[in-house]
Amino acid sequence: MAGGLPKSSESNTSTYAGLGALLMLPSWVMIGFFLVLPVGLMLVYSFLTKEFRGGVIWEFSLAAYDQFFFDRGLFGDDPPVIEWTYIKIFWRSIWQAGLATFFCLIIGFPTAWFIATRTGANKSIWLFLITIPYWVNLLIRTISMKFLIRDNGPLNEWLLSLGIISDPIHMINTNFAVQLGLFYSYLPFMVLPIYASVERYNFAFSEAAADLYASRLTTLRHIILPFVKPGIIAGCILVFVPSLGAFLAPDLLGGAKNFMIGSLIEEQFKGNAGNWPFGAAVSMILLSMVLVVLTFYARQQSKGGVR
Amino acid sequence: MTEIAVDVVNMTKRYGNFVALSNVSLSILDNEFFTLLGPSGCGKTTLLRAIAGFEDISEGAIKLYGEDIADLPPNKRPVNTVFQQYALFPHMDVTANVMFGLLQLGQDQATAGARAAEVLDMVQLTEFADRLPSQLSGGQQQRVALARALAPKPKVLLLDEPLSALDLKLRQAVRQELQQIQQDTGITFIFVTHDQEEALTMSDRIAVIADGEVQQVGPAREIYEAPVNKFVADFIGETNLIDVAVSDVMNGNATCTLPGGAQFTCPAAIGAVAGNGHLSVRPERVSLVKPKDGLLQGSTVRQTYLGTDMHVDVRLKDGEILTVRLQNSEGTDIPEQGALVGLNFETGAARLLVD
Repeated sequence: MAGGLPKSSESNTSTYAGLGALLMLPSWVMIGFFLVLPVGLMLVYSFLTKEFRGGVIWEFSLAAYDQFFFDRGLFGDDPPVIEWTYIKIFWRSIWQAGLATFFCLIIGFPTAWFIATRTGANKSIWLFLITIPYWVNLLIRTISMKFLIRDNGPLNEWLLSLGIISDPIHMINTNFAVQLGLFYSYLPFMVLPIYASVERYNFAFSEAAADLYASRLTTLRHIILPFVKPGIIAGCILVFVPSLGAFLAPDLLGGAKNFMIGSLIEEQFKGNAGNWPFGAAVSMILLSMVLVVLTFYARQQSKGGVR
Repeated sequence: MTEIAVDVVNMTKRYGNFVALSNVSLSILDNEFFTLLGPSGCGKTTLLRAIAGFEDISEGAIKLYGEDIADLPPNKRPVNTVFQQYALFPHMDVTANVMFGLLQLGQDQATAGARAAEVLDMVQLTEFADRLPSQLSGGQQQRVALARALAPKPKVLLLDEPLSALDLKLRQAVRQELQQIQQDTGITFIFVTHDQEEALTMSDRIAVIADGEVQQVGPAREIYEAPVNKFVADFIGETNLIDVAVSDVMNGNATCTLPGGAQFTCPAAIGAVAGNGHLSVRPERVSLVKPKDGLLQGSTVRQTYLGTDMHVDVRLKDGEILTVRLQNSEGTDIPEQGALVGLNFETGAARLLVD
């Protein structure tokens, strides 16, 4: 018996070592199938030659990237000049996504603060109310937003009937409409992470700050904001990244004039007019931009905020 | 006469229908170590928070060196607080925590830094100056909280059960240190605790609070030896409460009949009246004697060994149990279980209470 003990523990260790690799398998399959494979496929496609009825020819080409950055004239034999069309679309997307992030933060922070400072059951009710619209498909919600703000929609009619305006405000197919759509779509992604960090905030810190002669504004800037910063950064990323690649809101609310990256990519894969390698290349450029943002975030996190 | 540091005048605090503090009046003197003592939920912390400015008061006034501060927000009151869980800013190192209040008062970095170093030296934390609170032990965090509150040289320092999170040994060491710091700085300390030993050992004066009312204010010895009512006698230390019939109260002395029929005269608390009442006698002031020599008679029912002392519980004829504390020294006669004994105490050891 005495000799049996170490032996069995030894065999246990080896059993678990074998199991370890097995237990990792689902994770590897998930990452491989849902992350590496699709992204790898896009990366490969972006370096292939386009086929005119959609699809690709398996022949290496830098044409997709060249098309994005350079204009070589109608027949492709002029000296290359910088192509601004797509860069402008990118710029507009970054601008719109940044604005949406800004507005979500301005509205989302007080909202999250309000919910986190409610007591007991009220907290759950408010959180529940915030999530209810998201039980409905985003497409439906975006279309209903379109209905609400069109020239003879309920919003304009209400404003007219109140006599606040004398002519309907044209909102549909403007930057404002796109902004409204993005804001509406992604607000909860700002509220929820900020809520989580405000919830962990100990209000004794605010009392201590007040006790040490700090005004409310100073307390907010020097005590509260540093504490909830991880939540704010997480919220900003969760709003900025999907806004950057959004295509429903710009498509349905913005019209052709207010094109964003998401719509540009979508168009490349639609029907016969598409250009798969170009769509893949645009996706790759978008992905690398997102990676830059996320790296920045990771750096901020590792610098250490409040745990 | 010493100046009054904090004057609480007829102060009432209500939460809806609940009265947390009812018509409280207290005068805390300059340079005093003053303790608010009471069971949890008695209102002592509410009183402290009202002085700090975290609670609005419903009625009355709070004066700080003669100036009414009841309407000032906390950041405008020249008092500082050591919080129960310390509430150190987690993202700032020790020095930054201590400097925070000084910078808010408009001091420049150099002045504030020098003062922070000075206070950190006083609480012996110089070598931990650039640590984060999370890298400190509970005792060290407590010192940082103290240093942070002392740094701006407040007129009054408020301490909300600052020792409750420390273990026993550390607590005892910190008590002496706190007393020393109070004497060295000359700052008025208002200390909240539910621990009577803490209160008795540290304070110049104690206010015993129960059910939102001040029961008694006085030095430790007075509170312990001359409690005014049943609550104070029972809450501070251990006591025996004996039912008596009081026939007369005159000139602060009460004449009463003990359960065995013996007549007894002892000091009475102010406000005590004739009728049925309670005598308070501390266990260490009761002696065991032969049955016929005792004011009371009974039989021993239990003995509890406490190290330095021995507790002997004696059941009287009417079923009431009194405790006698005997010192564990050579020659102390410990009666056998069930033995018939007499209990005796001197006139000054007993006191008629207000119920």
